Amino acid sequence: MALPKAKLDATEARLASMTRPEGGAWATAAREAALGRVRDMGLPARRDEYWKFTNPESLVQAEAPLAALFEADEAPIFDEIDRLRIVFVDGVFDADASDDLTGENLSIERLVDAAASDIHWAKDLYGVLETAGQTPVQRPLAALNTAYATDGLVIHATGPVSKPVSLIYQHRSESSDAILHHVVKVEAGASLTLLENGPAAARFNKVMEVDVADTGTFHHVRAQGRDHERRAATHIFARLGTESVFKSFTLTANGVMTRNECVIELTGDDAVAHVAGACLGDGDFHHDDTVFITHDAERCESRQVFKKVLRNGATGVFQGKILVKPGAQKTDGYQISQSLLLDDDSQFLAKPELEIYADDVACSHGSTSGAIDEEALFYLRSRGLPEGIATDLLTLAFLAEAVLEIEDEALQDAIVSRIEGWLARRRG
Amino acid sequence: MLEIKNLNVKLEEEDKQILKGVDLTVEAGKVHAIMGPNGSGKSTLSYVLSGRDGYEVTDGSALLDGDDLLEMEPEERAAAGLFLAFQYPIEIPGVGNMTFLRTAVNAQRKARGEEEMSSTEFLKLIREKAKELKIDTEMLKRPVNVGFSGGEKKRNEILQMAMLAPKMCILDETDSGLDVDAMKLVADGVNALRDAGRGFLVITHYQRLLDHIKPDVVHIMADGRIVKTGGPELALEVETQGYGDLAGEVA
Ligand SMILES: Nc1ncnc2c1ncn2[C@@H]1O[C@H](COP(=O)(O)OP(=O)(O)O)[C@@H](O)[C@H]1O
Ligand SMILES: [Mg+2]
Repeated sequence: MALPKAKLDATEARLASMTRPEGGAWATAAREAALGRVRDMGLPARRDEYWKFTNPESLVQAEAPLAALFEADEAPIFDEIDRLRIVFVDGVFDADASDDLTGENLSIERLVDAAASDIHWAKDLYGVLETAGQTPVQRPLAALNTAYATDGLVIHATGPVSKPVSLIYQHRSESSDAILHHVVKVEAGASLTLLENGPAAARFNKVMEVDVADTGTFHHVRAQGRDHERRAATHIFARLGTESVFKSFTLTANGVMTRNECVIELTGDDAVAHVAGACLGDGDFHHDDTVFITHDAERCESRQVFKKVLRNGATGVFQGKILVKPGAQKTDGYQISQSLLLDDDSQFLAKPELEIYADDVACSHGSTSGAIDEEALFYLRSRGLPEGIATDLLTLAFLAEAVLEIEDEALQDAIVSRIEGWLARRRG
Repeated sequence: MLEIKNLNVKLEEEDKQILKGVDLTVEAGKVHAIMGPNGSGKSTLSYVLSGRDGYEVTDGSALLDGDDLLEMEPEERAAAGLFLAFQYPIEIPGVGNMTFLRTAVNAQRKARGEEEMSSTEFLKLIREKAKELKIDTEMLKRPVNVGFSGGEKKRNEILQMAMLAPKMCILDETDSGLDVDAMKLVADGVNALRDAGRGFLVITHYQRLLDHIKPDVVHIMADGRIVKTGGPELALEVETQGYGDLAGEVA
């Protein structure tokens, strides 16, 4: 079907400004196929149903809008965690600033190197999970990423990996437009914790494809950078085998535009997928969590826990779906999305969806939007807590269900202290 | 200590007068009791004194050691030494009891220009007080009042009072919903705090709490007013005669 002219023009305008990286045969084929998908789908436009709450324009337009650099006054997050540090500056790997890409039960290569080789295991994943995630809903920005990603990592965990792999995304140029694509493969019985933090670029398009084999475990904790003007469109595509575990948590504080999509397919029985997010938004902040979880096996559990604190006219969006395919009996699906509106100007737009084709399942979903509980606030103040501190305690309490999804306590503490910092700065 | 003069209070949202000229003075070292039928305005009085929203003071004053309570924010009243044990203590999911109470103790100290309590000191004190009130320290790790029984919530109020050591304590029907043993525990907790520098205002519907916490003065409240004031014998009178006649005497 031919694309509407406006969409076609916008898509071609973007493509005209981009250069596809060189690579070996498999990579070139994957990129060409991805470019074909982009041309078929067209890049997202305001009128698209899947973008009705979020204007994709600044994520699509040829030039990345400038984003002023921001110096945070606090120590970088995860500093106290013993981890393998890998630094990207404006989307470019920085070998000098990074640790050696080695670790027990672990192999890490740059995408450029993997793509240059004639044969590579990443061939079976790169763009493959992304392609699978294009149905039933199109995600053209992810296909654009597959076609044009200039850097990224190819990570292979072959057994328990003791230290978290920590990707640090620095933003140094006001006009940087970064496209990163990571491929992660967690083998049977292997486990890996991946950390991500930082604003990355003025505009950041990131895709991460994660394949967790039977009995593998993948934990992901991310703190998206505090830069006010940065923009990001990120996708996670995960495929989960039998008895595998996938847990992902994202903290987003500030950022004028964020769209985080997470597409998970539970393909093996007894797999577990938890996706959670806490976001803190102020002013022209716009944050969108779009999640799609497909149950295609028996006795799998999925949880979506998203909490948003919004003030001064900030906007929060949640589009979350649980799709239970025929035969996915004993599915246990849970989804909650809630916003705490700290004033009347802020808004929360939610579209929770369940689509179930199996008869023996337990799925629940809920979405709420509310203000600080006045009764609780008075109770705390009557014990001597100043209003600001009492409000912050209740805000942290509101976010707790999402934060508690992080299993590791040190990582949980790191996230909580970020949230406390954000709240304290606004208390003045 | 607490001086209430001609306090008139209406609801903010509707045109409903609830307190119609309350006069009451609680001296340091004394225990005053307020008894009265349901709906007479006892809880409203306690809320207005502690600064809850939703009420409008149309006339009168309330002073704590000479300072105008009604001008202060709730947290300032707390720091000035006022404490209300709520009739219905609420549950606050996600806020840990310990965190909450330590934050409260230190916020009050800070507001008074005192040094903060160290965590060791705090832990020692709270363990001691919890033990006296037979509160399991495991319970303190839970969120405020979440999963507590009615009696546990009331004991938790008294624990907070003991930790915060206020000078003016208001107890709003702390006895309601308690069995005899629990009531004794609560009364012991209150009695342990009785002190020459501290005043108490014990609101109760029934006389039985006053068997354990012996009041110096008893007031009867009806329809937004103190209609009668006397000694402890007044509580016994209520017990035998009910409120009907007493409330009627003045009305
Ligand atoms: N927030 C409120 N909204 C509506 N009515 C109220 C409110 N607070 C108190 N009242 C009314 O005021 C009167 C006194 O209530 P209250 O102070 O709770 O009495 P008591 O504690 O003596 O039982 C009652 O008629 C009650 O319904
Ligand atoms: Mg009452």
